[in-house]
Amino acid sequence: MARYLKFFVPLIIFGVMVAFLWRGLSLNPREVPSPFINKPAPSFKLSQLHDFQASFTPEEMKGKVWLLNVWASWCVACRAEHPLLMEMARRAEVPLYGLNYKDAPKDAKQWLQQHGNPYKLSVVDFDGRVGIDYGVYGVPETFVIDKQGIIRHKVIGPVSRKSLVEDVMPLVRELEKG
Amino acid sequence: MIPEIGHFALITSLCIAMATGVLSIWGAERDDHSWMAISRPAAQAQFAFVALAFACLAYAFLNDDFSVTYVATNSNSAMPVQYKFAGIWGGHEGSLLLWMFMLSGWMLAVSIFSKNLPQDMVSRVLGVMGLVSVGFLAFMLFTSNPFDRLLPAAVDGRDLNPLLQDFGLIIHPPMLYMGYVGFSVAFAFAIAALLSGRFDAAWARWSRPWTTVAWVFMTIGIALGSWWAYYELGWGGWWFWDPVENASFMPWLMGTALIHSLAVTEKRGSFKNWTVLLAIFAFSLSLLGTFLVRSGVLTSVHAFATDPERGLFILIFLLATIGSSLALFAWRAPRVGLGGDFKLVSRETMLLIANVVLVVACGSVLLGTTYPLLLDALGMGKISVGPPYFNSVFVPLVVILVIMMGIGPVARWKQANVHDMVKVMRVPFVAAVICALVVPFLAEEWLPLVSLGLFMAYWIIFSVIANIWMRVSMSTRKGSVLDKLKSLPRSYYGHNLAHFGVAITIIGITCVTNYESEQDVRMEIGDTIDIGAYTFRFDGATKIEGPNYTASRGQIFVTKNGEPETVLYPEKRLYNVQRMPMTEAGIDTGLLRDLYVSLGEPLAQGAWSVRVYYKPFVDWIWGGALFMALGGLLAVTDRRYRLARRKTEQPVAKPAGKSADEADAKGLATDKA
Repeated sequence: MARYLKFFVPLIIFGVMVAFLWRGLSLNPREVPSPFINKPAPSFKLSQLHDFQASFTPEEMKGKVWLLNVWASWCVACRAEHPLLMEMARRAEVPLYGLNYKDAPKDAKQWLQQHGNPYKLSVVDFDGRVGIDYGVYGVPETFVIDKQGIIRHKVIGPVSRKSLVEDVMPLVRELEKG
Repeated sequence: MIPEIGHFALITSLCIAMATGVLSIWGAERDDHSWMAISRPAAQAQFAFVALAFACLAYAFLNDDFSVTYVATNSNSAMPVQYKFAGIWGGHEGSLLLWMFMLSGWMLAVSIFSKNLPQDMVSRVLGVMGLVSVGFLAFMLFTSNPFDRLLPAAVDGRDLNPLLQDFGLIIHPPMLYMGYVGFSVAFAFAIAALLSGRFDAAWARWSRPWTTVAWVFMTIGIALGSWWAYYELGWGGWWFWDPVENASFMPWLMGTALIHSLAVTEKRGSFKNWTVLLAIFAFSLSLLGTFLVRSGVLTSVHAFATDPERGLFILIFLLATIGSSLALFAWRAPRVGLGGDFKLVSRETMLLIANVVLVVACGSVLLGTTYPLLLDALGMGKISVGPPYFNSVFVPLVVILVIMMGIGPVARWKQANVHDMVKVMRVPFVAAVICALVVPFLAEEWLPLVSLGLFMAYWIIFSVIANIWMRVSMSTRKGSVLDKLKSLPRSYYGHNLAHFGVAITIIGITCVTNYESEQDVRMEIGDTIDIGAYTFRFDGATKIEGPNYTASRGQIFVTKNGEPETVLYPEKRLYNVQRMPMTEAGIDTGLLRDLYVSLGEPLAQGAWSVRVYYKPFVDWIWGGALFMALGGLLAVTDRRYRLARRKTEQPVAKPAGKSADEADAKGLATDKA
């Protein structure tokens, strides 16, 4: 019997794989339920990328709806969303702040010089501690934070035009009214 | 009207494919010759109808028929004509049609070049391919019909994704698909063998050229894809371990294993089960690749291709195809004999090790690719697996593989003599070590990884030379060295050329990853920067108008040690319809180095951010792939296959491939002499 059993091994492995793939179909790799939604945005105080002497904390943004975009110069997907961020910055509907995550400031500055800087300012999260506070899984991520400093929405991975038009901007407008 | 004809042709070919699948396999099972006789004409008819459908879609593209949804989403009237044509496979529906067109093409080829195969074998092979066609045609007709109408018609098309508007896209997908689909032939042969229970050397000899041709296409396809990414994405990278790249790389690895395993099955009758399993795996991975790419279960830079709704259909199709083949394998394989037996030190063992390493490499790529999905499905969080994993797992495996590449070919079949092997291999080994240590000093600077990489490359090159020298010096044939060289079979040169190609690719990878330099700078007009001996001067950028884009074209004047070298024209394009910016790198290609310049963002007063790369030996990566492909082609044209064709035109097929044994016996004699 054992002699025959081994020939079923490939079939069994394949069966397990199909089960996973089937499960995978109902999952969206870009959608991560974040335990941080509807919680206050964790506080931090970090130096600014372009001015190390100056710092920035989320408290300064109280009373405004704003976006926090986690980015890095080593992040390939950030290049994909970058043109959209630039467009958003040009429209100036909502202030966009950058959290430069685990990056060398020199590289980060060069990257912004190369591709354009859509951010009001970026802060340097050199060792990724603030990223941990914000539950950052991967770069890029974008948080929508309301006037009370509460995280209302989070986009995992590059922002797409669709998510911008359908989710982010309507939410921002609604929050601004409230 | 034309698109409806195309649609109708697809429906007709679905009906034909069903008939081919059912009647030929069942007919072969019942030994009913009138049923089996349908397979060849039916396969040819299927090709004719799919070709008609393809022509109809081409017509719609070339005539800007924007009442067809697929054309409207993937084309635009302002697009140059070659991209309109390439637009056929620029999206999901059309890619499927291209895939189907090629599958039918392979079926046509099998139906024509199978005169010397027994009828029941041909029928089973074509039947299996017919069933695969049914799956794809049904998928196309039910979920992704390229001929769906858009009413009212669009005024103009949404344009092809600018990333894809490039020479690379015109040829990369067709080549890759030829490979993917080509493995269906090896797969069909394996299934036919399982169905009939005949696993003779003749079966292996028939599958071999088909597998090799598919592998050649795939090699070229992957190399083109990598080259395209290199010059089109503007980052100067040539491999990203992206899920979609992996999807093409896995069947290639499996196909490589299959080619080597088939060699053993043909010559020695061993590894039959293993060969069958590899053939199933290679094609399954091609299908799995389609699933991963098309269903959107993984995130990828190729995200333009995804649609989760279609995923379920492909998954069911996967389940039916792969599940039934593996079930058939589990049922029939225990009865397959073991074939010629061999000692621990023998070419069989070497090939087996190489095979296992290739399969493990493929498995590790599969694991890395699907790991995020697995964890996600288990609710264990989201992660992404990047190049660090792949590099650290893959490189050691390649090292083992390369060592085997040198030793394997000198080992004799059945039982090899370690002493003889050491005698042959010690010179190449010592030479490789010396070259690997010395050459980096002469080139740039000594780095351990460079030495390792170069050692692998030299080891392959020198062992190829030593092997040929050994064959010549031991040849019993009279005449000059040239005559002796000429008398060696083409498949022998083929395998050596392919191995040589691997060495070339390794040199390319080693040099470019260790010695490349990159500078990201802000350049005003007239600014210069130096990289090595080269000086790059930025002469400003001008606006130019393309057919469907506007661009800023920079001019970079390059000098080497003060002497003018070349002028590069990198572009930053903005495509009019999709408003998508694209970088078009300016590249000066050379045998020993590429100079690569891409434009970043415009800055104040005519200044630009500019990225400049110096990439030594980068073209060797793709050059090596070309040698591998040529090696494959050379092997396919071997006299053995042509002879086999002529010989077996006699009514009865030869039992158990006698001529192969004869050839092998001769080979052994030469080895012994």
